[in-house]
Amino acid sequence: MKICITAQGPHLEAHHEERFGRAPYFILIDRETGAFEAIENSFASGAGGVGPKAAQVLIAHKTNVLISGAVGENARQVLSAAGITMITYRAGGTVRDALEWYLRNNPGTPEGQ
Amino acid sequence: MKIAVASGKGGTGKTLVAANLAEVVSRTLDTTLVDCDVEEPNLHLFFGGPATSAEVCVPVPVFDLEVCDRCGKCAGFCRYGAITVLQDRILFFSDLCHSCGGCMLICPKGAIREEPVRIGQINISHPSSLLTLVSGILDEGQPHATPVIRSAKEHSMSSCLVIFDAAPGTACPVVETVEGCDACILVTESTPFGLHDLRLAAEVADCLGVPAGVVINRSDGRDRKTTEFCTTHELPVMMTIPFDRKIASVQNRGELISRRSPEWQGRFSGLFEQCRDLAGVRR
Repeated sequence: MKICITAQGPHLEAHHEERFGRAPYFILIDRETGAFEAIENSFASGAGGVGPKAAQVLIAHKTNVLISGAVGENARQVLSAAGITMITYRAGGTVRDALEWYLRNNPGTPEGQ
Repeated sequence: MKIAVASGKGGTGKTLVAANLAEVVSRTLDTTLVDCDVEEPNLHLFFGGPATSAEVCVPVPVFDLEVCDRCGKCAGFCRYGAITVLQDRILFFSDLCHSCGGCMLICPKGAIREEPVRIGQINISHPSSLLTLVSGILDEGQPHATPVIRSAKEHSMSSCLVIFDAAPGTACPVVETVEGCDACILVTESTPFGLHDLRLAAEVADCLGVPAGVVINRSDGRDRKTTEFCTTHELPVMMTIPFDRKIASVQNRGELISRRSPEWQGRFSGLFEQCRDLAGVRR
């Protein structure tokens, strides 16, 4: 299962970013292996329509779960149509904090997800 | 000749200047006054008479899902994020679409065609023998003002003199209005906000290559910072309107200060002459 966490920098110790479409980075984490990959969000400073464009990036990377603070209505429609689960996280801290928070609250086996 | 009236800051008196200027010059010249503040048009409040209407439509894409093979090229092309192609469907956000037509051109299957969708209307009236009023009206909830402004401008091209009343701000609607004009009147007020936004509006006019001059409205006599700015940036101060309750009360009744006062008629004629000078039009 692939988890995406919105971030202000390209690594696990970067601050979690509350905004989705305008997040500078998406950190993609493989729940099974723990491997992660940082994707720079080229739409972060775009004029408009950044939510759906950012959602398309997540779809292309076969993301299953998004952990972010605020997902706009357009992006929400795209993500939900693509079957991506949206988790609201607003406790601040780093990407690693957000990931650990999620794993604590969702300890179930990832099989079949 | 085309004159735009812009301001940056809202509520400085664009409509007062545009309406009185049109009122005065249309006594001798064939004039069209265009309300380009399509999100909140108000010039019709000062000029009566029946209006005829024309719809403003924009093309939006329609997808043929039988022909479409979900290649996603259209979504990749759309820089506005209006299209998302999923395996089982296409999501289209009309609010984000700028009607550029690119998706239709790029589709290798020819699965996209365009359909017109109404976003507003143009009202045209003739308040006096030499004056035509064209008002652009954006429908409630529609996000894109510029196609309505463009249409209003197209409806005004037959007069020898056209005065465009712009929206406040310095964004796309103002650029669309000021672009292609021969002169731009920047209406400001002697407050820090007025000066701050005058600076931005002057920059827009400069970028578009439209010569600009300034009208200081609601002046309390302490306009030094504004006049200094104008001197530095070679913007002529073409008119100063005093802070006066009587002017406000005339305006608030839907009347025009130049309609009955020879003094104001003279002053707005003077403003028009200065606009001619700005535009370099020979008399």
